[in-house]
Amino acid sequence: MREVAIIGVGETKFGELWERSFRDLGIEAGFKAMEDAGIAGDDIDAMFVGNMSADRLIDQEHIAPLIADYSGFGERNLPSVRVEAANASGGIALSQAYMSVASSVHDIVVVGGAEKMMDVGEESAAEILASTADQEWEAVFGATLGSLYAMMARRHMNDFGTTKEQLASVAVKNHLNGSMNPDAQFQRAIKLEMALNAPMVADPLGVFDCAPLSDGAAAVILCPWEDAKKYTDSPVKILSCGQAGDYMALHDRPSLTRMDATIEASKKAYKYAGIGPNDIQLAEVHDAFSISEIMAIEDLGFFEKGKGGKATEDGETALNSKISVNTSGGLKAKGNPMGATGVGQAVEMTLQLRGEAGDRQVKDAEKGLIHNIGGTGSTCIVHILGRGN
Amino acid sequence: MEVARFWRENQSRYNMQGKKCGACGIVYFPPRDLCPKCRRESIGKMEKLKLSGKGKIISYTVVHDGLPAFSMQVPYTMAIIELEEGPKITGQIVDVKPDEVKIGTEVEAVFRKLGQEGECGVIHYGYKFVPKE
Ligand SMILES: [Zn+2]
Repeated sequence: MREVAIIGVGETKFGELWERSFRDLGIEAGFKAMEDAGIAGDDIDAMFVGNMSADRLIDQEHIAPLIADYSGFGERNLPSVRVEAANASGGIALSQAYMSVASSVHDIVVVGGAEKMMDVGEESAAEILASTADQEWEAVFGATLGSLYAMMARRHMNDFGTTKEQLASVAVKNHLNGSMNPDAQFQRAIKLEMALNAPMVADPLGVFDCAPLSDGAAAVILCPWEDAKKYTDSPVKILSCGQAGDYMALHDRPSLTRMDATIEASKKAYKYAGIGPNDIQLAEVHDAFSISEIMAIEDLGFFEKGKGGKATEDGETALNSKISVNTSGGLKAKGNPMGATGVGQAVEMTLQLRGEAGDRQVKDAEKGLIHNIGGTGSTCIVHILGRGN
Repeated sequence: MEVARFWRENQSRYNMQGKKCGACGIVYFPPRDLCPKCRRESIGKMEKLKLSGKGKIISYTVVHDGLPAFSMQVPYTMAIIELEEGPKITGQIVDVKPDEVKIGTEVEAVFRKLGQEGECGVIHYGYKFVPKE
């Protein structure tokens, strides 16, 4: 296995981008990443594109060659692959691309992620999101994706004394971080009362406990570590990746208060990187819902089970604290364009490890973890990235 | 969801028909043809079993932003219920005030209309849960 570097990153702004089409977004992110890597199109061997539901969201199947074509690769007959794993599509696209470079099948690969969600109404979007859980045994009875996470939250509150204030403190922290990210959908800090008094979505989760619907795209360029210095003075190394799965339906899993896919995926990632949770200074975790950030920081080993809410409330996950979590603003404030989300996490982590994250820069960032979930936790992908030297 | 896809599962949705693994005795609902614990050992040994529909709530939520097919019902209560026979399932809790639903509340299944495809569309039926008498 070869070591693999990230040599270029780019992303669009995330948000309600009414004037931009799916292909505009994909192309913008790809161009920015190639520009950042200082690389010509002729050097690219393959493209992997994370995308959850272009077929239902924009009525277009077969989006990988579409993006490749409009990125200028039609003439070159570039191979391209769409990767679908619900909200983890981007993270899995990254892992597939990583493995293709590590195994020497490809040398230079573009990993893209793109989703255009705002062209359908909120009701259709809710149906599509619910179908990332089990359509026939959860959604058909009225379960939305948010309602399933709400049942995790209720049980976490019951078993560990987690409070609504602790859930809300996730949103407060992530909005503060988002206020320092020019690509974020929401760039305004909020107060705890605002989150607590927001309308309910699925009790105990309110509007501020849920990430928004977003349009957006992100891209990173990978190459063998040994070649990275040819393209950049500040390559970032992919130290490891670990993926795990679980029962499709939440009700079939042994516990509602932990995600075994996160636990197993991170165990693999730590093992392959030869490090543990205490060696990580910062993490982008999957906060599609406030409770999922609290469960993630427990399941990834940063805090004991049941202590994630208290740790967040006490500021232990704030910027430059014990561990800086979701410095980008996370899915909550940066935005959650499904297939782009996991690739966007890699963009943020690369900027942080290069020391290019501006006002939200984590001091002495050496190693960072990114964590991406599909559905209610039936897919989890974890990557650990390290500063090059 | 399309009519055919719904109709195929009606036996289980109407009668709470599950499967019991002949190798380890674990009961599954919805029915599975393979026991995830025993895998190969269970092939050909998964026996049909009708469930009692009785169980207790292990978590719940009151849904305010519902799916389009349920928009007439908001706010509605969803729960995960652990059935007496062991399996856990997701369903709606009805005929009860939301604040009377608790973790541990004992419930039983009833046969109800689940939802409708649009204004004059096909009506789907299946189980919901009510507090046990
Ligand atoms: Zn068995």
